[in-house]
Amino acid sequence: MLTPEEVKRHTAVYIRVFAVLAILTMLTVGVSYLRLPVVIAIVVALAIATLKASLVASFFMHLAHEKKVIFWVLGLAFFLFLALLFVIAHLRA
Amino acid sequence: MIRHISKPHPVTGVTNSKLGIWCFLASEIMLFGGLFSAYVLLRMSAEVWPEGSTILNVPLATLNTLVLIVSSVTMVMAWASLQLKSLPRYRLFMGATILLGAAFLLIKGFEYGHKFEHHHFPATSTFYAIYFTLTGLHGLHVLAGILVNLYFLGPGARLWRRDPEQFAGRIEAAGLYWHFVDLVWIFLFPVLYLL
Repeated sequence: MLTPEEVKRHTAVYIRVFAVLAILTMLTVGVSYLRLPVVIAIVVALAIATLKASLVASFFMHLAHEKKVIFWVLGLAFFLFLALLFVIAHLRA
Repeated sequence: MIRHISKPHPVTGVTNSKLGIWCFLASEIMLFGGLFSAYVLLRMSAEVWPEGSTILNVPLATLNTLVLIVSSVTMVMAWASLQLKSLPRYRLFMGATILLGAAFLLIKGFEYGHKFEHHHFPATSTFYAIYFTLTGLHGLHVLAGILVNLYFLGPGARLWRRDPEQFAGRIEAAGLYWHFVDLVWIFLFPVLYLL
């Protein structure tokens, strides 16, 4: 269990992360109205989504202070996902 | 009897319940990852692909994105309230998380209803097929999260008196799942609606 001071610090971080997530959501919608060339639009949208996802994972899911074993599990799943994505794309090409 | 649910396992350094929920989330990455790969493949193979923003409701989906993000904050605040040893405060934030989850499904249902009214079904086109598959599976995950959270708001909360640490661990695990569902939507929203 955390001390009240630690909880207070955590809460302040959660609120700040929420603000950044809200701003990034508006940003990605705003960029979509610019009608950028499709490749640039995909790169920008996925970059913003990845940034948002890593904020959620690092702070709400506490991955920033997690034990190694969790990263092994996640790393394996992520590697297999990328393999799935690129092997299929490669086979089609 | 599962051991090391409240105290970390000496070998892994985490509780077995936490390792368990992360293994489950890893399998969820493969589930959604497989479908996401299918989306990429379908889109690359299609001769024409509709721009999401021209046939889907972007303002409603933006609102839904914000609803899910706020629900992630209330979920983590519910967990933090248990660290402060305040069950009433926990109930408040957990209740808010459930209501926000329900609001997400309501808005999503409104979107679906609108599509059906215009006779847009999964069989209409490849875009709608993958759109309904991805958002439908995601919606089922939101529904499952609401049910789990309702249990922990009601009868499941009795554990708090007996073993606060184990109960906080369960809420952390439920939170990890809920944040993952939010995380999936963070990718679905730009991919389906904005690109």
